[in-house]
Amino acid sequence: MAGHDHDHDHHDHDHEHGSELSETQLRVRALETVLTEKGYIDPAALDAIIEAYETKIGPRNGSVVVARAWTDPAFKKALLEDATKAVASMGHMSRVGDHLVAVENTSQRHNMIVCTLCSCYPWEVLGLPPVWYKSAPYRSRAVKDPRGVLNDFGIALPKDTEVRVWDSTAETRFIVLPMRPAGTEGWSEEKLADLVTRDSMIGTGLPLNPAQTDSKVK
Amino acid sequence: MSKIDPAAARRATESVPSIPCDAEGPVFREPWEAQAFALTLSLYDRGLFQWPEWAAILGDEIKKAQAAGDPDTGETYYRHWLAALERIVAEKGVTDAGTLRKYFDAWDHAADRTPHGMPIELKPEDFR
Repeated sequence: MAGHDHDHDHHDHDHEHGSELSETQLRVRALETVLTEKGYIDPAALDAIIEAYETKIGPRNGSVVVARAWTDPAFKKALLEDATKAVASMGHMSRVGDHLVAVENTSQRHNMIVCTLCSCYPWEVLGLPPVWYKSAPYRSRAVKDPRGVLNDFGIALPKDTEVRVWDSTAETRFIVLPMRPAGTEGWSEEKLADLVTRDSMIGTGLPLNPAQTDSKVK
Repeated sequence: MSKIDPAAARRATESVPSIPCDAEGPVFREPWEAQAFALTLSLYDRGLFQWPEWAAILGDEIKKAQAAGDPDTGETYYRHWLAALERIVAEKGVTDAGTLRKYFDAWDHAADRTPHGMPIELKPEDFR
């Protein structure tokens, strides 16, 4: 486990293995490059299409995982020990990356994840990464000035809360386990899952509080 | 060209009824599937083929895969889609299997030499 700890002062990545693209990813990239070079497609137009379907890619089950951890202490323990195994045990989930690590927010520590490119984002649980997440300014600022980034997202943490930034590696992807909002005692897993936003699992947001969902149709 | 035309996507799903959808439109299991879908939509916009033509080639790829033992559970749908895409660009004379193979190998090489976390970019040295 120690080998995966990257705190915010730590700029190195795990460089041992280079990057990896699957066979299908390679075939898609080959097509995209050839077609772009020949002028058949415009990469910007491709991005626009993919963005339009951003919410339709991957199972996006992270909120269910978080809600389960809030209600089931044994599951939470298993999740923090081995998130890949714990998520797989939920059955209905499709495959998750090789090594998913859940990091828990507490009143002493707020976690934030940063990753560089799509291949190390746990899209299996979080859906596709938002555009800002892939942007160079977020990536570099999240490491250098995490509190500034959090401020931009409207989050002001108490001064004595430590902010820890987890830098994904090829082998390890992270998901933040946010703190359960106050006033949700006795809530069902299903109802709790509605409070869990994507950003709260990246660490650039907090879960909704009960008052915020009251205004929703649900 | 910079924005997706929802009507165009709808025509695609209507003309190719096998595309996995929910109430609002296509759904994808993995990011590369959406990329393959977007490539196809772009080529259609360029007028490279009509949807019935695409549906016929895709249907043929699916049949071939089934004959070869594909379980046809929907999980492999976009693998067939990708095979159909490679085939249609070759049939239309846009490129050929050899060229695609060369770029496939080059991207593989680029990924290998790129430290994790850096953008993977294709360079001339990747074509050896």
